[in-house]
Amino acid sequence: MDRLIFLTLDGLSRGAVYAAFALALVLIWRAARVVNFAQGAMAVAAAYVAYSVTAATGSYWLGFLAALAAGLLLGAVVDRVVMRHVNHASPLNPVIVALELVLLIQAVLGMIYGSQFRPAEVPFSRSAFTVGGLTVLSPYDLFVFAAVGVVVSALAWIFARTAVGLRMRAAAFAPEVSRLLGVNVGGMLTLGWALASGVGALAAMLVIPTELGLHPHAMDLVFVSAFTAAVVGGLDSPPGAVVGGLAVGLLLSYVSGYAGSDLTPLAVLVLLLAVLLVRPGGLFSTVAARRV
Amino acid sequence: MSELGGLLVVRGLSAGYGAAPVLHDVDLTVAPGSISAVVGANGAGKTTLLRAVSGMLRPLAGRIELAGEDLRGTPVEQLVRRGMAHVPEGRGVIGELSVDENLRLGGLWRRDRADAARALDEVYQLFEPLARRRRHLGHQLSGGERQMLALGRALVGRPRLLLLDEPSLGLAPRVVAQIMALLRQLRDRTGLAVLLVEQNVRSALSVADQGVVMSLGRVAATAPAAELRDDADLRHAYLGF
Repeated sequence: MDRLIFLTLDGLSRGAVYAAFALALVLIWRAARVVNFAQGAMAVAAAYVAYSVTAATGSYWLGFLAALAAGLLLGAVVDRVVMRHVNHASPLNPVIVALELVLLIQAVLGMIYGSQFRPAEVPFSRSAFTVGGLTVLSPYDLFVFAAVGVVVSALAWIFARTAVGLRMRAAAFAPEVSRLLGVNVGGMLTLGWALASGVGALAAMLVIPTELGLHPHAMDLVFVSAFTAAVVGGLDSPPGAVVGGLAVGLLLSYVSGYAGSDLTPLAVLVLLLAVLLVRPGGLFSTVAARRV
Repeated sequence: MSELGGLLVVRGLSAGYGAAPVLHDVDLTVAPGSISAVVGANGAGKTTLLRAVSGMLRPLAGRIELAGEDLRGTPVEQLVRRGMAHVPEGRGVIGELSVDENLRLGGLWRRDRADAARALDEVYQLFEPLARRRRHLGHQLSGGERQMLALGRALVGRPRLLLLDEPSLGLAPRVVAQIMALLRQLRDRTGLAVLLVEQNVRSALSVADQGVVMSLGRVAATAPAAELRDDADLRHAYLGF
């Protein structure tokens, strides 16, 4: 029982990060109909910015803020400089361009920082509290929950309640009509990329210290898990991404806890396949609503 | 350059998709506070004309002026700020957004937030059924309600010129009559000018001041609507009744 509780809490903590990363994928999918395969590499680049800023200033939090800012900026730049100019005639084109971007970003990071693992700092202790003999969450886990919770709530508020959120949704659903109504659709697209990339940077900042450390490929496996989470939830559904992220986090935690961590990559792929076979639109798909 | 009395002046307009033009050398003038009905068979270029006027389609040649200002090179999203609203073919109701969100979208560009809110209230008063369904999603509405929503959304921006593409499509005759009556009312009360594209020639000419007959991408005739209604030869030749 103790082990189950521990694995559940640990899985939710990892799942929160997957949820954030999956949400970033969903944001771009909804806005641009592109699965951003470069998101892992972009997020790692932002984390390296944090590394440099923290190394120069000695402050974790300055580095943290710098990573978020770098993420936002990088998203906007990738949209304006690269993705905007990709011909969407074939859905494969943006995928190939995104994969090229991965190679480019990872190569540049390797040239600047080298390809050894660099330890990533944490702002709070990672040793878990013990409550009545039961090992539960660490302060860092709580920080992860809080950070993801704040970002998810903020995004939900922006999209549901603000004028710019309404513009972004309208631009994503009906770009031509939105332009007729005075919406700067291109600007909304760039903003969507920036927000998504900022969320991706946050996820990288949260997850990298819990793994081997900072490395140009540090987000590769996280990307696979988050992509699975996004597909599980339905690429069109932000709530689906959050639920999918938590579900994938739990699954991986249980598999690794009860069956051995070697099996986790396999478990992710099995889950991805199962969802694609049974319900390709994802569990929260809104395909029925869009078909109208 | 612009003629006296024209809110919208189109001269020598050619436009189309790809290399082959659909519109050839179209001339058109819409006076302020008047309704112009563009009628003609399927494929006459009526929708293309509206798309070219609102900038969704880049003209191959010709001049389009709104209140004396050349619209060439004006991005589509700037046209609402010049006072032009375009309710496109199929109405353009965003099914994933609620009635209220669709309507508010029509006034988001406006700096005068207070007046945008007033305009929204007015639209709700004008279209009672929409007020009862504020929270419903666009795709849950009936055809008539969607047309109200599309029209209402355009009116929230307080346009001077309204481009309206086939408002009668798929609607019951009673609803069509209501919409035509509403257009007349808006023209008389607010001085709105309307460029109305219609397959439903009778109801369009019944409400219009000016009729423009299009055929194969050209303007075949321009005349007061009453004259067109009474000109049997023209009706037989181009309108089929």
